[in-house]
Amino acid sequence: MTDPDIVQRFETLVLPHMHSAYDVARWLTHNDQDARDIVQDAYLRAFRFFDGFRGNDARPWLLSIVRNSFYTWYEQNRAHGTRTEVFDEMIHGQPLNGQTPSLDPEALLIRRERNARVAYALRQLRIEYREVIVLRELEDLSYREIASIVGIPIGTVMSRLGRARKQLAALLAATDREA
Amino acid sequence: MDHQQALQLLPAYVDHELSPTETLLLEQHLSGCESCRHEYEGQQAVSSLIRAANLRRNAPEDLAQAIRAALPVHAIHAAKDKARPRRRPAPSFRPNIAAWLPAGMLTFGTLAMAAAAALYLLLPSPGQRVAGELVDSHVRSLQMDHATDVTSTDRHTVKPWFNGRLDFAPPVIDLAAQGYPLIGGRLDYLDGRTVAVLVYRYRLHPIDLYMWPNDATGTGTAPADAVLKGYRIAHWHMAGMSCWAITDAGEAELDGFVRALRAQAGS
Repeated sequence: MTDPDIVQRFETLVLPHMHSAYDVARWLTHNDQDARDIVQDAYLRAFRFFDGFRGNDARPWLLSIVRNSFYTWYEQNRAHGTRTEVFDEMIHGQPLNGQTPSLDPEALLIRRERNARVAYALRQLRIEYREVIVLRELEDLSYREIASIVGIPIGTVMSRLGRARKQLAALLAATDREA
Repeated sequence: MDHQQALQLLPAYVDHELSPTETLLLEQHLSGCESCRHEYEGQQAVSSLIRAANLRRNAPEDLAQAIRAALPVHAIHAAKDKARPRRRPAPSFRPNIAAWLPAGMLTFGTLAMAAAAALYLLLPSPGQRVAGELVDSHVRSLQMDHATDVTSTDRHTVKPWFNGRLDFAPPVIDLAAQGYPLIGGRLDYLDGRTVAVLVYRYRLHPIDLYMWPNDATGTGTAPADAVLKGYRIAHWHMAGMSCWAITDAGEAELDGFVRALRAQAGS
């Protein structure tokens, strides 16, 4: 465990992915301090399990640990009584509020504060959709990598990303109407 | 490709995750389907919006230091010491390290420790662990008289036997002409995964050849040889495989085996 070579290998292979880990944790928690705690916890776990790591690219491996750390934290911190309904791929993939999601590219060219609105919309997105969007569009991971991190088949990664983008489009259209 | 299939595959098309064939078929459908084109443009627009929104945030500057500081105590010393040239405390190796001797470099005596240290530097910890497992696995197969699951000198019998038993296809090479007849093969469990073992023989000495697809384990392409518990071990990479050979035969015989194998694999 405390072999200097292992520490060095760990620092060379795993530490450089700290920014990805933080970014994912931040989008899962919506909070800088919580993201920080989760990344630290994830790194401790990663170090403990480093013996079992195989391969050259530690990023997907680390991100799956970050995700696990997040869900542990999420379960513990969820206020009592506020039960989140179980995620259902089909039900929650339906258009929001009965609206037909606007996928019209022109409607998506929001006039002002576009980036802030995209961020806002992404925060509104259900966590199951948010995580695949973050892993794909922000972290630029492949379907295969996302499948291994989230623990779902590649086909589900595809359909979930499709639905997530549709919902984002609807959320963006909604914020646009409010503005 | 029908409309429903095309609609399903659209996200993967946006993400460039389709195979060339699927891409072609989907593009054929797109060219004739207005609603799919609309859907595609929508998916593409959302993707571009997110990517353009610059939503990624880097970790704070001090987080790396905080992570290092939280690692176990000895790790901190090691991290700090990294800046200085480090001297290895030679005699305080784990017990089995002292048994490591590089092949053909030395007789005995004072050289032994230095050579063991050199090998220790050469082989990373995963390599040592794999070598240890290798000896255990090899000895176990001899003790249980279970050298092979499939016994055949014909590589066309041995190679297909592995089909469906492994998630990779190990190269099976015939070396009878070089004096190393194939005896058979078996499955074994090593380094946390199922691996292929080919059993060869040099006169009365069995040679076990362990193979599994390349990963981070190992020491690069250069052969790293060692003697552990009286068994001679060679390690190299070949044809996308991490290869380990172990035998009680001599150094020259094992060298010859590895050379012959690599020559055949390369041809």
